[in-house]
Amino acid sequence: MLDQSYYKKADEIIEEYGRKESSLIPIMQDIQAEYRYLPGELLTYVAKEIGVKEAKAYSVATFYENFSFEPKGKYVIKVCDGTACHVRKSMPVKEALMKELGLNHKKHTTDDMMFTVETVSCLGACGLAPALNVNDVVHPKMSPEKALELLDELRGEN
Amino acid sequence: MSITCREDLLKKREEAQSEIKSYTCRILVCSGTGCMASGAQKIYDQMKLLCEGLDGVQIEMQKDIPHLGVVKTGCQGLCELGPLMRIEPYNYQYVKVQPEDCREIVEKTVMEGLPVERLFYTHDNQRYQHPEDIPFLKLQTRIVLENCGKIDAESIDEYIAIGGFSALSKAIFDMTPDQVIDEVEKSGLRGRGGAGFPAGKKWRQVAGQPEKTRYVVCNGDEGDPGAFMDGSVMEGDPYKMIEGMVIAGYAVGAQEGYIYVRAEYPLSVARLKKAMRQAEEYGILGDHILGTDFSFHLHINRGAGAFVCGEGSALTASIEGNRGMPRVKPPRTVEKGLWEKPTVLNNVETYANVPKIILQGADWFRTIGTEKSPGTKTFSLTGSIETTGLIEVPMGTTLRHIIYDIGGGLKSGAAFKGVQIGGPSGGCLTEEHLDQPLDFDSVKKFDAIMGSGGLVVMDENTCMVEVARFFMSFTQRESCGKCVPCREGTKRMLEILERIVDGKGEMKDLDQLQELAEMVRSMALCGLGKSAPLPVISTLKRFREEYEEHIINKKCRAKVCTAMRQYHINPDFCKGCGKCAKNCPVGAIRGVRKKPYVINTDLCIKCGACKDNCAFDAIYVEA
Repeated sequence: MLDQSYYKKADEIIEEYGRKESSLIPIMQDIQAEYRYLPGELLTYVAKEIGVKEAKAYSVATFYENFSFEPKGKYVIKVCDGTACHVRKSMPVKEALMKELGLNHKKHTTDDMMFTVETVSCLGACGLAPALNVNDVVHPKMSPEKALELLDELRGEN
Repeated sequence: MSITCREDLLKKREEAQSEIKSYTCRILVCSGTGCMASGAQKIYDQMKLLCEGLDGVQIEMQKDIPHLGVVKTGCQGLCELGPLMRIEPYNYQYVKVQPEDCREIVEKTVMEGLPVERLFYTHDNQRYQHPEDIPFLKLQTRIVLENCGKIDAESIDEYIAIGGFSALSKAIFDMTPDQVIDEVEKSGLRGRGGAGFPAGKKWRQVAGQPEKTRYVVCNGDEGDPGAFMDGSVMEGDPYKMIEGMVIAGYAVGAQEGYIYVRAEYPLSVARLKKAMRQAEEYGILGDHILGTDFSFHLHINRGAGAFVCGEGSALTASIEGNRGMPRVKPPRTVEKGLWEKPTVLNNVETYANVPKIILQGADWFRTIGTEKSPGTKTFSLTGSIETTGLIEVPMGTTLRHIIYDIGGGLKSGAAFKGVQIGGPSGGCLTEEHLDQPLDFDSVKKFDAIMGSGGLVVMDENTCMVEVARFFMSFTQRESCGKCVPCREGTKRMLEILERIVDGKGEMKDLDQLQELAEMVRSMALCGLGKSAPLPVISTLKRFREEYEEHIINKKCRAKVCTAMRQYHINPDFCKGCGKCAKNCPVGAIRGVRKKPYVINTDLCIKCGACKDNCAFDAIYVEA
């Protein structure tokens, strides 16, 4: 069961975009921005409120890569694997992070809910490849060593 | 303040101009994604802090000394050298500015007008003081990007000061919608999103529909990995694109417009939102634009991470709140687009071209570029190149000029191998194409597409088979799954490519790959599916020997494919410490202490643990 505050927040967001079919995606985006994931119960609630079938809401949510039904870590690290980053060796950066955090291609978030590591197609920072971003802040010219230093820095913030 | 007539706009322009002139010194910190990533925010904050103190002192002593403007500009184009700072009126271009440089800049340049020499761009022992002297910028023709890096991307007043919205007022007050379409049609402007469909023709078709509810939609879903031109325009000069959209709205009789921006561009969304708010306050967007009967409302939609939404019908489906899947055409978007209404759908760069065409005329526009593809094209120049960044050149410019003259050649002098144009739906051009003029039609002939304009330069250290696999894994992942040829075809092609990269390929795989690629190219439902096999087709054609080497000789000449690697120990360097043997997870290394060790290549799994841990650099990789 979700806390009542979730529904209150959802109501606020629904008000902002209006109760219509085309509001579904922006509402889900704002909910995800708030909680870093899309709680299933909340999606059901939103669908009912804006008059969209629950099945439709799920079909849309699962279509787009940005939506996640699983809670993500406090720091969401997105390693860019765009063309420019790829040819400038972005995958060793990701591998180093996953190894350090004990993650694999099935497990993206650490047990303490601190870090989530994902791949993203392009951050638009191709001039500074390879790049990654942490909660939407871009970090340029990465290397496996620099990525591990960054992890230490982030851990130090806590 | 709302602008309700032409005179108001002119008055506003004068006000804004005199405001800008009142600054004795303007510090422009680049705040494009690239520079922000290199720490531009810190520089901006630091300069603001330092200059505020200065400002306070001056105001206390002497009231009429104007204050300093520190503004955030869009991409200045030299991403590699960020954070960038330009100082007016001296026109000094500083590169790689660090927070500790700020005090010196304030003391020397701001207070005394003297340059800080060490912060100038230096190349081949030559220092470049002014941005236009730097070869990278000097050799470009900037129309779409003309204001990027020159104006404050968050101030509508600055846009107005340099003549912004004159095109809109010319269109609304001096031209009929039909004349606007005529001008765009005559200019020969072609859609910059990739396919190159004539924009004027599209507008004409929408204007001619019996249905009166129409929409103007901007495709800012720049999903090609390796492309960031549209993002830079939205960040650096959002007003120009908005002006182009309003003109389009006027021309085709639309009342509503939508901008669809990909989710990975939060800065673009923020800048556009701000620009739209300012434009609404000024009466340039909303009801009764510039005091006339013409009303146009603009909305912004964020993408949610689906590459296929760059396709027209998928994009409109996404705005409507559906899964972003393309549909069968016809009817085309101009007949039944957003909410089944006639829709003009162009991309960011196309709209950004419109104001200048209206203002300076179609004939002027046709003086630039080639006959069939007039105007300029922006490219994002990345990969293995000396100077990466955003460029704009006339259509018909050769790759050689772009790579060697503007981009400064290949990184660390490596040998040129190819350049991927048009992202995952594009193709690979090689040495033989270096001197071909690039425009929409020529590129198509080379089994590639202009796409939105990503140029990724690849050198001898790039394995073309692996690149084909990389693109295929991208399109396979992004395939929406609606049509069988794309859904299954990309999957099967990816399997074959993975096999080859893993050293398990057979010669018959190549024929099958070719067949699959041609099938998908001709049978997929949408443009993205149809172009998905292009990387395979073009690499198979131009780099067939690399494929064959992978299959027959189990060799990857770029030493990229892990499965092809062979680890060896150089007996001259090996001290026989035995560390590698201890680290080897499969016991493939044997030897006697103090004597050179040997790797059994049959047992070796190529994990690289031995090489990483060798203290004497005695282990090397043979491709």
